[in-house]
Amino acid sequence: MQLLATIALKHLTARKRQSFVSVLGIVLGVAFFLTISSLMQGSEKDFIRRLVDNTPHITIVDEYRYPRKQPATTLYPAAAVEIRSVKPVTETRGIRGFERVLETVRRTSGGLASPVLTGQAVVSFAGRDHGITLYGMIPAEIRQVSTIWKYIVEGSIDDLVANPDGIVIGQELARRLSLSLGDNISVASPIGQIRTFKILGIFRTGRSDFDERQTFVTLKRVQALFNKTNRINNIIIRLPDPYPARDVAAELESLIGYKCVSWQEASEDLMNTLTIRNIIMYTVVSAVLIVAAFGIYNVISIVVMEKQRDIAILKSMGFHARDIEKIFVFQGFIVGIFGIAIGLPIGCGFMTALMQVRFKPPGSSELIQMPIDWGWYQFAIASAFAMVAALSAALLPARKAASVQPVQILRGIQ
Amino acid sequence: MSGALMKVQGVTRKLEGDFPITLVADVDLEISRGEFVVISGPSGSGKSSLLYLLGLLDVPTSGHILLNDIDTSKLDADRLADIRLTELGFVFQFHFLLPEFTTTENVAMPMRRLGRLSADAATKRAEELLDSVGLGDQLQKLPRQLSGGQSQRVAIARALANDPVLVLADEPTGNLDTHASANVQTILRDLAHQRGKAVVAVTHDTQFAASADRTVTIVDGRIQK
Repeated sequence: MQLLATIALKHLTARKRQSFVSVLGIVLGVAFFLTISSLMQGSEKDFIRRLVDNTPHITIVDEYRYPRKQPATTLYPAAAVEIRSVKPVTETRGIRGFERVLETVRRTSGGLASPVLTGQAVVSFAGRDHGITLYGMIPAEIRQVSTIWKYIVEGSIDDLVANPDGIVIGQELARRLSLSLGDNISVASPIGQIRTFKILGIFRTGRSDFDERQTFVTLKRVQALFNKTNRINNIIIRLPDPYPARDVAAELESLIGYKCVSWQEASEDLMNTLTIRNIIMYTVVSAVLIVAAFGIYNVISIVVMEKQRDIAILKSMGFHARDIEKIFVFQGFIVGIFGIAIGLPIGCGFMTALMQVRFKPPGSSELIQMPIDWGWYQFAIASAFAMVAALSAALLPARKAASVQPVQILRGIQ
Repeated sequence: MSGALMKVQGVTRKLEGDFPITLVADVDLEISRGEFVVISGPSGSGKSSLLYLLGLLDVPTSGHILLNDIDTSKLDADRLADIRLTELGFVFQFHFLLPEFTTTENVAMPMRRLGRLSADAATKRAEELLDSVGLGDQLQKLPRQLSGGQSQRVAIARALANDPVLVLADEPTGNLDTHASANVQTILRDLAHQRGKAVVAVTHDTQFAASADRTVTIVDGRIQK
């Protein structure tokens, strides 16, 4: 094997310029592959981290995933039952017996769970009305199940504990209605109840719709405003590990019946977009390596054509066809190894340079850094892909070389 | 000629196609150890084709070639390659040295492929073989730095690397001047007579043919009786 590798290396070093170009192709391919994939992976992780941080890991809502069956259908599952003009019973929405549900949720999921009542309302101030979403919660618990406290720019959400008639609003709403900390606003519910709240905090998440519409109030006040005493319509859950949320949600749903939505389900369209983005990215970056592979194919094909006589001599000496094939596959391997060995540090250099870049996206006041993920698997994927490309490119000419009939070559020359 | 090293029995080699060609027809031949045999004949008579058949580089269309009583016509390509590696040595008209390797590396190559000797031992033996053909001072030269005669002697040393029983030479002096030609001729004859190898050489050179123990003349693919 050492002899075959030596012959392969001699062939490559005899054509320094072509070999250099082949190696350069792999170097650039590996470096770009590593950089772009690390960047994409980093941005994906960053995105998911923000998503996981800013949304409940599981939300239990006061509805059922599938419409409830009529008793006749349940009683006679095999019968041809047709029920016409069914009008569902008018019921008060909300999660029934939520304390018991909360207990089950906490025990099953092992996470933190907090009850929430949300609803639409209208805020009036200085003659202007604006539609908002009231988020009724328990201030002492919200800090554990939500990250909204991180985004408070004025006041504190904890002040709601001392003053239950307080409200925390978004900066965008404050800007639209010219509100400031300490102002009183009137909030009207759809059933006509009106209450006055004092602004105790202003938050800014950066999501304009959220900052404009979302408000935080104590659970008791929202229950009173909507006339839903002891009722909630959401339970938000924060798990110690957010990634099994889908399985935990399915288990909870089977236990309590209400629809349990994991963060993955809630963001399925975004996750699909990320997958498509990754496919596009890997396709584009792989194209660089495929082009490099064509370069290797060309160089080794030329070597095979030029080395027909040497191949004939090696075979006449007693080299097997597979020895000849190995010599040329080795050439692909050597180009791949050198390409990877040089490409990976260059890729690291690119990544380090990108990490130094800080910029302000349009509409943002913060400087942000390029999110780069430096996992070992990025290096492994880049190396493996480059090696597969190099070996695949070498295989075809290598097979051609192995099939050379020495007699035809010797007869042709002599 | 009992106890022959190689027996060629009714060997025919045809090239199929729209215009089939018979390269070698119904050849019977025996070659013994220590014998220096020359195959001669006009151009296109089938001398080289017969040599390639004897060297197991080509396979007969019909007939049998026995080496040490083993019928090679029944062996696959890998087994034939193994026999070429261990039992046969080739010298061609154009030396066919590998241009990227030094003379020593060229000679050591069959030994390293066989793997019976370590790399160091193969190099040492290659140096001895080069010394035996008068190239002890050219060990690290590349083929392009050698004259035609020197290159051919390196090719002979390479042919002897694995101590073959049969050396096959195709027009070994065809590209050399008189002095170099005489030198190669002497080496090949000594291989047969002093080292007990069977040597089969194809040549046009009548003087070379005259130095052989036996001359086989071939015309239109057939041996002339």
